[in-house]
Amino acid sequence: MIAGLMMRIIRFLVVLCSFSLLAQSARAELLIHITKAASDAIPIAIVPFASPNGTGPNEDLTQIVRDDLDMSGNFKSLDPSRMLSLPSQGSQVYYRDWRLLGQRYLVIGQIQRGATDQNYHVQYELFDVTQQKQMLKSNLTTTANNLRSLAHVISDQVYKAITGVRGAFSTRLAFVTLDKEGGKSVYRLQVSDVDGQRAQVLLKSTQPILSPDWSPDAKKLAYVSFETGQPAIYIQDIATGKRQKLTDFQGLNSAPAWSPDGKDMLMTLSKDGNAEIYEMDLANRQLTRLTHHWAIDTEANWAPDGRQIVFTSDRSGGPQIYQMDLRTQDAKRLTFGGPYNASPRYSPDGKYIYYVHRDGGNFNIAKMNLSTGEQTILTHTDLDDSPSVAPNGRMLIYCTHQGTKSVLSVISVDGGSKYFLPAKFGDVREPAWSPFGS
Amino acid sequence: MIDSVKQKAVVLILSMAVMAGCSSTATQPGQGSSEVAPTDQNGGAQVYSGNGAGGVSSSTSTEGQSAQQQQTKQQQEAALRQVRTFYFDFDTAEIKPEARDALMAHAAYLAANPSAKVQLQGYTDERGSKEYNLALGERRGNAVKQFLVLNGASADQISVISYGEENPADPGHNEAAWAKNRRVVLIYK
Repeated sequence: MIAGLMMRIIRFLVVLCSFSLLAQSARAELLIHITKAASDAIPIAIVPFASPNGTGPNEDLTQIVRDDLDMSGNFKSLDPSRMLSLPSQGSQVYYRDWRLLGQRYLVIGQIQRGATDQNYHVQYELFDVTQQKQMLKSNLTTTANNLRSLAHVISDQVYKAITGVRGAFSTRLAFVTLDKEGGKSVYRLQVSDVDGQRAQVLLKSTQPILSPDWSPDAKKLAYVSFETGQPAIYIQDIATGKRQKLTDFQGLNSAPAWSPDGKDMLMTLSKDGNAEIYEMDLANRQLTRLTHHWAIDTEANWAPDGRQIVFTSDRSGGPQIYQMDLRTQDAKRLTFGGPYNASPRYSPDGKYIYYVHRDGGNFNIAKMNLSTGEQTILTHTDLDDSPSVAPNGRMLIYCTHQGTKSVLSVISVDGGSKYFLPAKFGDVREPAWSPFGS
Repeated sequence: MIDSVKQKAVVLILSMAVMAGCSSTATQPGQGSSEVAPTDQNGGAQVYSGNGAGGVSSSTSTEGQSAQQQQTKQQQEAALRQVRTFYFDFDTAEIKPEARDALMAHAAYLAANPSAKVQLQGYTDERGSKEYNLALGERRGNAVKQFLVLNGASADQISVISYGEENPADPGHNEAAWAKNRRVVLIYK
């Protein structure tokens, strides 16, 4: 894997994302607080990129890369003030210096503005300090207003080269903020980078907005909005802001969940009397009812292979998680530990589910190994809900409380690291981590 | 539209008359607020029928009942109808005994006023799954609807909407706040 990337020059044009149609808002801002690094984090030095002809940007790209890698929990980046030298090309690298500082990997590079195209051009290299060899050399180009995307691409490439796992730093988060403005509740559906930056408001309403769910191509969101006074499921194109109302049946219209192929959507409707799970064919909007029970059946989530779903039902007396084979429609109970297990989400490889688990009085996020049934409690905060897994399966975002505020928290799935994403004002909740998309 | 405005006006006039009538006896719970704590009517022994006959007390008086008795009863029911919020225990939709007298009064009013309409808003506390809580809030609303229908109201007078954890009555994160948030609020339209 690493050998395959060695010496390979990757040309990568970071496409300008057209989010300019969307409203910018100071209230959209999320802050980031990294509170815990993994004990086995890999030391990496990312040297500030040189700008030989002085045309580099004011923004320090390498700090974004350091923050990304630190956020992942897999890396611990070296503070540039502790560096003994600041090389910007291979011939300037003295491995001994970096070994003395206890570093395993080293990233160096240069950035400059094109003389004709006004784009920024970056060339960087990744070195293995222990083995004293170059692992990766990459050339990247981007427009001036898209430097953050370029930094996240560098993070993705470095992460992949070292861990063998695809980085998820270029993916996005969807979430809902809730503020009190003039005594009124104001809900905002937003998307941002995974570090909370570049937040954009997609919808603002004084009525609840709930349950954002990404399309598999990461271009659209499905969500529930009460803006008409009744709950309805909508699909909105993120780039254009165009949206359509999918359902507004009498009763519940909730928990939309896109199928892995993007053609169908699971949802919870109570039009037939109580909360049941339905599958909608998005091409013709035909509904197929999947559950038939007097109990609550809701919040279905699709297995990555599209053949099974997991959902929450209180048919046993309290909320528990069930798995259904879509061909036979047989449901089997998965959770038996504790009186309350809900909000199941598959891992991208389909081997685990993450869910809300009540342990004594506390509500935490747990994971279950689906082949062994073994349960691990991952969080030690309280009032935790809404787990959502990164598309590379390494990180998990969920909603918890700090003081009186509702905040987002990101942890590594092995529980090793943690960071919080509080809103600058008010509450932030309902996180949904985007797929890689196309 | 005009009917509902008229209806509201009639309700307003009636309730003002009742409030004036019983001001000296101070039996009105919750100071007339629409969001009041459930009053304990010690009604645990009272039996309510499911067919809308026996337990229903409404403005249709039995013969032989004196005008004064009837008036007192009407005043009591109007006072009970000021209770518009009904509370629940964690993860249940079971109507508490102390909610029954007030719900009976609302059912009687709806039965006697077929053009009256109510919306039942179901809510939960903030704990656990938001999606499950939306369904639980609806189940609470439906439980109250069923109670009202069994006691004389017509199903088409009643709509149910669940907000789940949203719009908490108390924004706190403790048992006292959660107890106030697990509720169904009855709103005359």
